[in-house]
Amino acid sequence: MLSKSKIFFKGIVAVLPHMLSVIPFGIITGAIGVELGFDPILVYATSLIIFGGASQIIFMQLLSGGASSLVAITSVGVINSRHLLYGAVLSEYLEKLSFIKKLFISYFIVDQGFAESNKYLRHNKNLSNPHYYILGTGVTLWFCWQLSTISGIILGSFIPEELGLKFAIPLTFLAIIVNDLRKLDHVFVMLVSGFASLILFDAPFKSYIILSPIVALIAAFVMLKLKK
Amino acid sequence: MTWFSIIVSGIVTYFSRMAMVALIDREMLGPKVKEVLNYVPAAVFPAIIFPGVFFNDFGSLVEITDPKIYGAIVALVIGFYSRNVIATIISGLLSYWFIIFFLLK
Repeated sequence: MLSKSKIFFKGIVAVLPHMLSVIPFGIITGAIGVELGFDPILVYATSLIIFGGASQIIFMQLLSGGASSLVAITSVGVINSRHLLYGAVLSEYLEKLSFIKKLFISYFIVDQGFAESNKYLRHNKNLSNPHYYILGTGVTLWFCWQLSTISGIILGSFIPEELGLKFAIPLTFLAIIVNDLRKLDHVFVMLVSGFASLILFDAPFKSYIILSPIVALIAAFVMLKLKK
Repeated sequence: MTWFSIIVSGIVTYFSRMAMVALIDREMLGPKVKEVLNYVPAAVFPAIIFPGVFFNDFGSLVEITDPKIYGAIVALVIGFYSRNVIATIISGLLSYWFIIFFLLK
């Protein structure tokens, strides 16, 4: 029988390899926020309050490009809707917890933590305190994310504009989906989204950022229907 | 106004994390919805990548010779084979810098 702290520690160890990508990504997020002209306090506030790398970059990019608050907030919602899936999968291991504990642990549900928790807990179904594993992954990622965005904010003020660091934005997102390029169905959805964004780019209020994913998700839905 | 947007975005994001854990019975997400949610990253991120590569700062299409296109191709190839996040970003940036600082000078 594993003690609570042992399970927590196992969670920490499981996400350590992910730091290789989380830390540079955090630094880029902080640096880009400053580059886009935001107050360092605001840039950091996105890490603390939103706490979702990709959505933070898009949020700041949209607002600095003149998008309305509504579009920025909606985009964050669309991008982060994937957490619904994570929550649905992880809720199996959190059922026995009190409502307050559920509310607390939810804040720490993030991509890499979900991936590792799901992998481990699926094979260890009768673990007595599975939520400590999820917390171990989430809290570790949280600390690294906060520290790396702060470092990025500090570094960002020294990076000259000629470097064109803004180009790091599409590259960062390319890096996030690069693993899915081997799945043809995902590539199809990506191409639909990409071309839709080029066509819809001039739609008012930068709404292309919401419309293109919707078009792509409809395409995904139709594709799934046709497959069956 | 920016603070307001950050806070509302934070609430929306927190809700997306908490809803299935604390509020909604997970059986409510049917298998179909779950299948479609799997495609959220593939549906969202290209809408940032494509305009970031193919449009300039003024929102018009770039030329086929634009350094960003070649930087993105390098990143795509390196990323596909290395499956490494940092290698993808760094290779794209380095090739982009190489073109703008050495080839175009």
